[in-house]
Amino acid sequence: MPEPLLRVRGVRKLFPIKAAGWRTHAQRVVHAVDDVNFDLGAGEALALVGESGCGKSTLALTLLGLEPLTAGSIRFEGQELAGAPPEVWRLARRHIQMIFQDPYESLNPLMTVGEIVAEPLQVHKLATATEERRRRIMAALDDAGLKPAQHFMRRFPHELSGGQRQRVAIAAALVLEPRLLVADEPVSMLDVSIRAEILNLLADLKVRRQIAVLFITHDLGTVSAIADRIAVMYLGRIVEIGAVNDVLTTPQHPYTQALLSVVPAPNPRLRRQHIILQGETPDPVNLPAGCRFHPRCPVAIARCHQVDPVLQAVGAGHAVACIRTTELRTNTL
Amino acid sequence: MILCIRVDESQLVHRSVYLANKIAWAAFTILFVIVLNFFLFRILPGDPARAGVRDPRLTAEAQAAIRTRFGLDKPVINCFTSLNPLEPGDCAVNPLDTQFFIYAGNLLRGEFGISYHTNRPVVEVLGERLWNTLLLIGAGQILAIVLGMALGILAAWKARTPVDYGALGFSLLAWSLPTFWLGIILLFWGSTYLGLPVGGKSTPGINYANTWEELVDLARHLFLPSLTYTIVFLGEYMLIMRSSLVDVLAEDYILTAKAKGLNHFQILKDHALKNAMLPMVTIIALNLGFTVAGAVQIESVFSWPGLGGAIYEAVNRRDYPMLQGAFLLLAVSVIVANLIAELLYGYLDPRVGVE
Repeated sequence: MPEPLLRVRGVRKLFPIKAAGWRTHAQRVVHAVDDVNFDLGAGEALALVGESGCGKSTLALTLLGLEPLTAGSIRFEGQELAGAPPEVWRLARRHIQMIFQDPYESLNPLMTVGEIVAEPLQVHKLATATEERRRRIMAALDDAGLKPAQHFMRRFPHELSGGQRQRVAIAAALVLEPRLLVADEPVSMLDVSIRAEILNLLADLKVRRQIAVLFITHDLGTVSAIADRIAVMYLGRIVEIGAVNDVLTTPQHPYTQALLSVVPAPNPRLRRQHIILQGETPDPVNLPAGCRFHPRCPVAIARCHQVDPVLQAVGAGHAVACIRTTELRTNTL
Repeated sequence: MILCIRVDESQLVHRSVYLANKIAWAAFTILFVIVLNFFLFRILPGDPARAGVRDPRLTAEAQAAIRTRFGLDKPVINCFTSLNPLEPGDCAVNPLDTQFFIYAGNLLRGEFGISYHTNRPVVEVLGERLWNTLLLIGAGQILAIVLGMALGILAAWKARTPVDYGALGFSLLAWSLPTFWLGIILLFWGSTYLGLPVGGKSTPGINYANTWEELVDLARHLFLPSLTYTIVFLGEYMLIMRSSLVDVLAEDYILTAKAKGLNHFQILKDHALKNAMLPMVTIIALNLGFTVAGAVQIESVFSWPGLGGAIYEAVNRRDYPMLQGAFLLLAVSVIVANLIAELLYGYLDPRVGVE
């Protein structure tokens, strides 16, 4: 099997927290990302779904080297990035770019659009000829849907709308012609009316430029617009992963089922029974024993308190971390 | 392309309107200050004819002669012979023969009057004193800005580490020290252990062999008051630089810059500092305006012949022309510093001034 573009194995990110007492030596940690594994192929889009605080943004930051990971391996195009020296990261960053959630915060207010988009080229010392650089900046703005590009070059972020700003952020990512784009909630701060435009733009870029996209979201409704596969995260771990169609139509994990049941369906005849989860997400410092979902799981049994389930294949490319999957499926059939 | 030019033109119009607006307000404020200054000092208790000459034997005739010479025998303004004590007077007098309009008329001609005490033109005395003050403040401010910013940047970069806490503690201490107390302590320390002069601007009665010797003598006199000034202001600059930079470093565009592949130095230089400097520019400009007057304490402790000392003496002697001139100078410098800060802000931050 050929090496995928991105290969993530056993990635862990623990944040130590200061002990409350003066002399307490017991080091307590927040399990932000706890043993995450997945592959991402070239030109493929994977949606990482989960509620806030489940560790999806932390995972994105570790993939970009913005947070050092505690353990695990991240291989990008066969190159190990975990614990790699800065030169390796610098080279990798040319091919891995990121889009952040809030376009009102992620653009430097003192720089013009042209400068913002030009900066990655300067940093990586690419397209040093003035004409060549200008051409690439214009192409990136154009591809990000800011047309005519020269009209935007000398504008400042505060003169643009939220959607236009996010397009600037996308153009700044595109200008390096990356192979992987990590988009952390790229539309959640935008007006609903322009979300579709940005999602379509990302989907279009994926196809046209063959860019792999790691799309992080808490909103299952936006997933099918862009993703090929879905990974559902709960408390720092992937509990279900599979093709969009499989996961959305036949969710196997009780958590995925609960998430899907509350997505508004346009057709009222297809309305499902809402599964409202009881209780709150457990404290990521004191994780529950056994399956970390069992305190809120509607189908938990005694054994769930002891066994920590691992991802197990239930179909082609479809894996679930639940010990009752087979049993429950036979019951419903 | 045509679209581009049009955008620029409209911005240019915006900027000019903004500029004209600010300058008009500054002019109006100065006018208000002139009127306020005139009446303020005449409402204060005290009589220039008596305060100037501390001799109880001064006869009533001599006092009247002094009043006549300085024009203080004329009514302050229509309907008021004097403001302290309040004496209502004739309202039908020729306005041009009242103290206020004589003062206003002189100002329009660029005449600031003659000091009651020194009998020298106010402009001449103030100019001399202002130069000394600017020398003291210039040296102190430049040092305070450079050191304060450097310390602030270091603390913000090492935020929440012992380096940060050390710098914060030092700055808070420096900021809260009373200026005169610090001055006295440094004066004691410097003159005792370093053999530095205790005050003044030059050694009295000295004949300099050459310019170099004169400069060294000046530097030795300048050292302690400038150091006091630096320590007092360094804390403020450090605290503002640190908090501003810590805020900026937490912004998402800093994270974006990291993700783009910029190294720490590039992030600090290209993204963080430019944004963090905005509040610093305001504080520096405002301080420069105020400190023309704010050095009174340091100038008193070190007997520095600056503007602060001159104002102190003029208040004691009710030297109206000196007070009016000095306060007008202070007001103008504060207003001009404000104006510069605002205009600089409009230039540094594209979000300001363009509606």
